[in-house]
Amino acid sequence: MTVSALKAKDYKSGIKPVWCPGCGHFSVLAAATKALAYLGLPKEQVAVISGIGCSSRLPAYIDSYGFHGVHGRALPVAAGLKAARPDLTVIVAGGDGDGFSIGGNHFLHACRRNMDMTYIVMDNKVYGMTKGQASPTTDPEWSASKMTPHGTGVRRFLPAAIALAAGASFIARGFAGDPSGLTKLLVEAIEHPGFAFLEVLSPCQTFRPEQKDWKNQVHPMGAHPSGDAVEAARAIQADDGMALGVLYADRLPVWQPAYEPRDSLEAIEKEFRV
Amino acid sequence: MNAVSPAARQNLSVAITGSGGSGAVTTGLILLKAAASTGFYGLMTRSAGPQIRGGESAAMLRFGPERVDCMDDRFDLLLGIDWLNVDRFVDEIPLGPDSLVVGNAAAGDVPEILAAGGARVRSFDFNALAAGVKGGRANMVALGILGSACGLPPAAMEAGVRSVLAEKGDAVVTSSLTCVMAGYDQDMVSVTVAPAPREERGNRWDISGNEACGLGALRGGIRFVAAYPITPASEMLEWMAPRLELLGGSLLQAEDELASVNMIIGASFGGVPSLTATSGPGLSLMVEGMGLAVASETPAVVVDVMRGGPSTGIPTKSEQSDLNLALYGFHGDAPHLVLAPVSIADGAFTTQWAVYLAEHLQTIAIVLSDQALGQSRSVTDEPREPANLLVRRTEHSPVDDYHRYAISDDGISAMTAPGTPGGMYTADGLEHNEKGTPSSMALDHELQMAKRLRKIESFDFGSDWAEIRGEGPLCIVTWGSVSGAVFEAVDRLAATGVDVRVLALRLLAPLRRDALGTALEGVGQLWVVEQNHSGQLYHYLQGAGVLPAGSRSVARPGPLPLRPGEVVDVILDDAGTGEDK
Repeated sequence: MTVSALKAKDYKSGIKPVWCPGCGHFSVLAAATKALAYLGLPKEQVAVISGIGCSSRLPAYIDSYGFHGVHGRALPVAAGLKAARPDLTVIVAGGDGDGFSIGGNHFLHACRRNMDMTYIVMDNKVYGMTKGQASPTTDPEWSASKMTPHGTGVRRFLPAAIALAAGASFIARGFAGDPSGLTKLLVEAIEHPGFAFLEVLSPCQTFRPEQKDWKNQVHPMGAHPSGDAVEAARAIQADDGMALGVLYADRLPVWQPAYEPRDSLEAIEKEFRV
Repeated sequence: MNAVSPAARQNLSVAITGSGGSGAVTTGLILLKAAASTGFYGLMTRSAGPQIRGGESAAMLRFGPERVDCMDDRFDLLLGIDWLNVDRFVDEIPLGPDSLVVGNAAAGDVPEILAAGGARVRSFDFNALAAGVKGGRANMVALGILGSACGLPPAAMEAGVRSVLAEKGDAVVTSSLTCVMAGYDQDMVSVTVAPAPREERGNRWDISGNEACGLGALRGGIRFVAAYPITPASEMLEWMAPRLELLGGSLLQAEDELASVNMIIGASFGGVPSLTATSGPGLSLMVEGMGLAVASETPAVVVDVMRGGPSTGIPTKSEQSDLNLALYGFHGDAPHLVLAPVSIADGAFTTQWAVYLAEHLQTIAIVLSDQALGQSRSVTDEPREPANLLVRRTEHSPVDDYHRYAISDDGISAMTAPGTPGGMYTADGLEHNEKGTPSSMALDHELQMAKRLRKIESFDFGSDWAEIRGEGPLCIVTWGSVSGAVFEAVDRLAATGVDVRVLALRLLAPLRRDALGTALEGVGQLWVVEQNHSGQLYHYLQGAGVLPAGSRSVARPGPLPLRPGEVVDVILDDAGTGEDK
């Protein structure tokens, strides 16, 4: 796409985000526009799909086609769109509650269906838009929510491990505090043929201020796991959830219906004639 | 008992029962094809228990020289390949003193309960007759006996066998034909009541309700389907899957109904007309997504093949009890379309029209079919198509300041498809302004709600909103699968000089108040006939204030089909005394 003169700012819609000052999601928005500019994708060929939550506001802030659907159902909207319009670059965005709780079943099946799309989950381990409840990725002892004053007492959902088990063909983790690393991962995810899952550690300044310390906790994944799912599973399970980089990537069969009309409606109607 | 007897014997009603695997449904299917090839019209419904194998099943047929759109009050002939669990069908297969019951001597005596009404009984040893044929089956012997009893010529029986069994190979066809003739040669003449052969053979179709809805969808331009398997809608999806591929479309089997409805919204957003099909439990899950289609103004069609409810209910049997859910199931104010076919073949017209309307009005259209339509086959006239093509209003070269949800006189705003330069927008289930930007401002909410209502309320739906017949001060308003029984009841009443007008509503939402008012002018006594427990249509019409005082609800739940004689009784009882009940 040498003709593309689009810069990152050209992919911004100009609508002012609803996010709190210092929210990690600003960094994800910036990385997304940079990745789109780097790839030189025509704006009208990109569709950004989301559900409900702070992070799900992303589509309106990108100047492309977008669909801001209902809570937890972004992946099915994206699957239908990609099935019908394989020519589009489909990016799905959401949060940990939207993707792993109410949308958990869709996440499993989107992984195994392996359609060619990118799924960015901005994980801040809290429901922000409903004012600070525990999400599936929240630590069991986190007791700052009025709804679970003693903590959830329930073990954390492990997004990368579950994505791997469910059949995702690309799994990576980025950090909002590392914008250039995040942009690079996003480019790789979009370029990956198949379902690319990108978990982004994106701190919530309002309800999880302690996440400011994430910048001291993240670390590189280190040795790049091959496309070997067993090795990747070992590395992901051994990790503390703060390792950044590509965790797994393989070429797996991509589900995409073919569109080649071979017959007419008249021919189909013949079967009914007595 | 009503004073009106069925019109002169014009058609035959035949029931075939047997335990699962006995081939009762296949036998019925072949008999229907044989009747069709003789030049008759026909109808075959089926009933089954919940078991996949080893349960009980029954095929119920009615055929003759005139169109048949419902089952008769009684069956002329009941044949049991065996009598296992036949007690479960006694209610569904009413017999009278003129009925004939044919049993398989090898399967034991005909149960007392079947002959209780005075029906005549004959027995043949199907198994012994089949044993003489290599690969012979008792149900093919039964088929021959039925063909003979119904006066269908041997050539028609052969045509039926070939059309249904050809795919099983020559050996099966040959042994089946031998068995059929062994049964055919049994002495049945003395008990035969055959309809007169039909001289003129028009352009007739042989189609099920599920197939008809599938065909209507394809005719309407549906090229993407996402769905989750559910009885009794799965056959529509199974019929569509390979045919969508032939036409360059596709079907995606979703993980659940929450997914399937959102998938079709995504595909439709991409510019491809899209549909899903389900039954009550699935429709319940889809309510959330259907609301999104309304709010985001994304066209989509949901076909609900209704079954007995609530909850899991009676998956294999029919009921018209999802009307309330279809009308009122949405949170917020969510104007949308609800339609229902008035016959099996009308599934094609109504679904095609639903696609057109959903596309043009950019909203969700729910089509309420049911098990009685979906899983029944009709040999009938070729289904017609809507007179006017309606399409989605699109914008291929939008101006700089494209407003997806622009306020317009008719409420419809042009919808760009992804890939269109300059037409970018974000579709939203959040309330939004004309641009599509989320907004919680009172004015935007008011304007957008009015727009979404106006586009539907102000649209000219033409004359297809109802099938209207007859005139006079007596009137029945009905809908969906029971319309056939109502029309036949009214024909019987007319033959005795009692004229009743019928309105079978095809468009249930938006309710055409003005047109309904005009159609009901001069009505003094009115019955709302439907197959559910609470009178859902009756209360909907009462709420809309369109019914004359004293209108009466005639509602009873499934799964027993409504029979024309029941409707005749109600009208004569009420009209005869001049009292409203």
